[in-house]
Amino acid sequence: MSVVTTTPDTEKFTEENFRHHLDAFWLNAPWVQELKEENWTRFQELPMPTRSDERYRFTDIRKLKLEGYRPAQEPSEAKKADAIERSNIVSNYAGKLVFGDNYLLEFQGVSEELASKGVIWMPLQRAVLEHPELVKKYFLEEENLLGSEKLLALHNAFFHGGSFLYVPKGVEIEKPLCAYYWSADCNEAIFPHTLLVAEDNAKVDFVDYYGSLDEGCCSTLSCGVGTIYAGQGAQVFRKIVQNFNEECLSVQLEANIANRDSQVKTIAVNLGSKYARLQNHTRIVGPGADVKMYGLTIGRDEQEFDQRTLQIHEAPNAVSDLLFKNALLDDSRTIFSGLIKVAKDAQQTDAYQTNRNLLLSKTAEANSLPGLEIEANDVKCSHGATTGQVDENELFYLMARGIPRETAYQLLVFGFFEEIIEKISNEELRENVRKLVQKKFAS
Amino acid sequence: MSTEAPEINIDRSKGDFSYAEDYAYDAGIGLSPDTIDYISKVKGEEAWVNEFRHKALKIFQDKPMPTHWASKDLDSIKFEDVRYYLSKGQKPSRTWDDVPDDVKETFERLGIPEQERAFLAGVEAQFDSEAAYSRMKEEMEKLGVIFVGPHEGLHEHPEIFKKFFGKVIPIGDNKFSALNSACFSGGSFIYVPKGVKVAQPLQAYFRINAENFGQFERTLIIADEGSEVTYMEGCTAPKFETATLHSAVVELVALKGAKIQYITVQNWSNNVFNLVTKRGMAEEDAEIRWIDCNIGSRLTMKYPGVVLKGERARGEVISIALANDGQHQDTGAKMIHAASNTTSNVISKSISIGEGRSTYRGQVHIPKRLSNCKNNTECDALLINTNSRTDTYPAITVRGDHNSVQHEASVSKVSAEQIFYMQQRGLEEGEAMSLAVNGFINDLAREFPMEYSVELKRLIDLEMEGSVG
Repeated sequence: MSVVTTTPDTEKFTEENFRHHLDAFWLNAPWVQELKEENWTRFQELPMPTRSDERYRFTDIRKLKLEGYRPAQEPSEAKKADAIERSNIVSNYAGKLVFGDNYLLEFQGVSEELASKGVIWMPLQRAVLEHPELVKKYFLEEENLLGSEKLLALHNAFFHGGSFLYVPKGVEIEKPLCAYYWSADCNEAIFPHTLLVAEDNAKVDFVDYYGSLDEGCCSTLSCGVGTIYAGQGAQVFRKIVQNFNEECLSVQLEANIANRDSQVKTIAVNLGSKYARLQNHTRIVGPGADVKMYGLTIGRDEQEFDQRTLQIHEAPNAVSDLLFKNALLDDSRTIFSGLIKVAKDAQQTDAYQTNRNLLLSKTAEANSLPGLEIEANDVKCSHGATTGQVDENELFYLMARGIPRETAYQLLVFGFFEEIIEKISNEELRENVRKLVQKKFAS
Repeated sequence: MSTEAPEINIDRSKGDFSYAEDYAYDAGIGLSPDTIDYISKVKGEEAWVNEFRHKALKIFQDKPMPTHWASKDLDSIKFEDVRYYLSKGQKPSRTWDDVPDDVKETFERLGIPEQERAFLAGVEAQFDSEAAYSRMKEEMEKLGVIFVGPHEGLHEHPEIFKKFFGKVIPIGDNKFSALNSACFSGGSFIYVPKGVKVAQPLQAYFRINAENFGQFERTLIIADEGSEVTYMEGCTAPKFETATLHSAVVELVALKGAKIQYITVQNWSNNVFNLVTKRGMAEEDAEIRWIDCNIGSRLTMKYPGVVLKGERARGEVISIALANDGQHQDTGAKMIHAASNTTSNVISKSISIGEGRSTYRGQVHIPKRLSNCKNNTECDALLINTNSRTDTYPAITVRGDHNSVQHEASVSKVSAEQIFYMQQRGLEEGEAMSLAVNGFINDLAREFPMEYSVELKRLIDLEMEGSVG
């Protein structure tokens, strides 16, 4: 790990900050430096997204501003200890990484048994040096199709924290691998990165947790990137819990690839941030693949959740299913924009997409843009979107059995999310997600 | 079933004929302030109409093409090559005998007089820029129903016309509504007085006869309190080597408790750009239904809408689109809820054949402070060949109290079992396919008057011919 120095005390993403970043973290990796140079130039050249961009339709674009943020500095010892202590959403894991403001705070490697089978699990920065060819093969290979080119370039230019997991052919890891990304200080930007490679017939369970050490006192920026590469017959199950404080601006850019007969399942739990954009595109390149994309979002106050998804079927005989459930309180807003794309040769595709919005306040706003682009004829594709309130009949039914109105109401709201929560296989995580959901409603 | 893309032969002979062009008035090629002054002069328009046109032209020129979301094919329209006004100078004839022979022959081939005799309450036929024939049954006239062209409406009924003209669809609503506002000519103006229920449909036919011509008709229908009216339009054009442009604006106003039903069967030849803005405004307890069927044209962009302005208003769009080789049917619906307790319903069915592409684009908007609004949207797409394409792009925004919205869309093909079953019972594969497609739209086709639904079935049979190998 390189020597820690202080970042020049300037705001914004400046040339000076960028040079300093390269010197401080990437001196020994010329190919990363080169890639970062390209992205830095791209970042400066690209315009910020505008309202007229279809991929930002309904987005309150004023909330997406990069001014005032700078690359994060190393957090204080007290904050580091706090972060390590709070990184406990799952207690029984195969490996663990904790980052605070991009700096590595804790690293627990995989068991010797797994390591002997060839499993590689380490901070991305170290993997770049120790396994350059392997990282290079998969790193940032997937195109960004959902309209955050500038933010992606920013991420690429400044990331240094991040996790790398490589599971060789046929290796199955039962317990989850966990990565925690904490945002520690005001006006600072973090760039979480997850690169998850599961070779043919490998099996892996993965949890990413994003959080703030301070509750809502100041604004931070998180611009994260995640990639799943699922080889033939691989099974990858990834859960993301986004629980930043409500001043945070967060953008999460996910790009996944599913090969023949693989299973790729992602669950995104979105609770935090003032503005949170989640992009997830999954490209099915091999027949027989099975892709599931689930989302659970609770908005309150003036939070805005901007969800953009793409299910791309490039190979025949594959299945994809998406279910995004949003509950909205107060003046919160959600945007769900999803697209199923079925290419000409992707016959016998089964693709589904559902967005359900539960409006719990008169001033909340749910926007739904479920889309289909189908170029093959022998397919089964459908999408559905509904927006409504808690069903009065259901409420009446519970009250008629002696349950007070408030409790009945809560039961129905929590019940709304159970459909997603029960898809989490890890019992402890499932229970912790339930607690987070309840906590969000309680406050 | 074969999955190869078969050769498709479509019989478009019905509309594929044209007559020598011999026009008394011709605004020339291209669009400039002079073109507009020419149109105004020929029509003898008042100053405010001329100003309205000039303002619209400016907006049209300033607005960019919506190609950031719409088809790039829009860029192939050469606005500078289009002829914006052509007419023989005839005033609409009141009896069939007064119509010039060649125009009459055109419409006879399209079967208008028979249909009129059969059941229509009134007919208007537009040949290029001007109405060639307009007639309404006397008893309707006695009840005070007005059915004329927009220019007659403007001159003879300014008090009603001015109040609503350009109010439902403002000039700058989109680039093509601005274009229409700049050079509109022909179309219909209908006023149905309070409480009058027009039992039989009023009908209009639009035909483009000249090559490189742009037709910009303008229709305004006002149904006064408690009245009811059904309007039907049909459109055809012969096939030319070059693309032709049709850009209409249709505004409907249903006052308290009124009902308007607007039926379109669009069968332009497949080199016509059909870029139409249609919107209705429904006051308290009023109902507006758009029944829209798109079979022809090269590119259609049309999203009939209803602004639900009064409580308990109801809006409905029922649409059928059929896209064959070289065609893109980009259609949809807009439901803008602006009062509580309003309901809207959208049912859209599309069929893509060969390399045809059909697109559904929808918008449902329920703002805050409203309560008990409901929308239901269903979009079903049927893909016939392996290279057929369909897209669905709805946009739904919901706020407020106890509003509920549901949207469902599905894509399917005709099942091999279905075809097999019918073949076992002696049908040819093509016939079986036609039958299956007709079954797919059957529940919607029933919404059309009988004559139209027969015509629709025949058109679908024609389009399906040879679509399976």
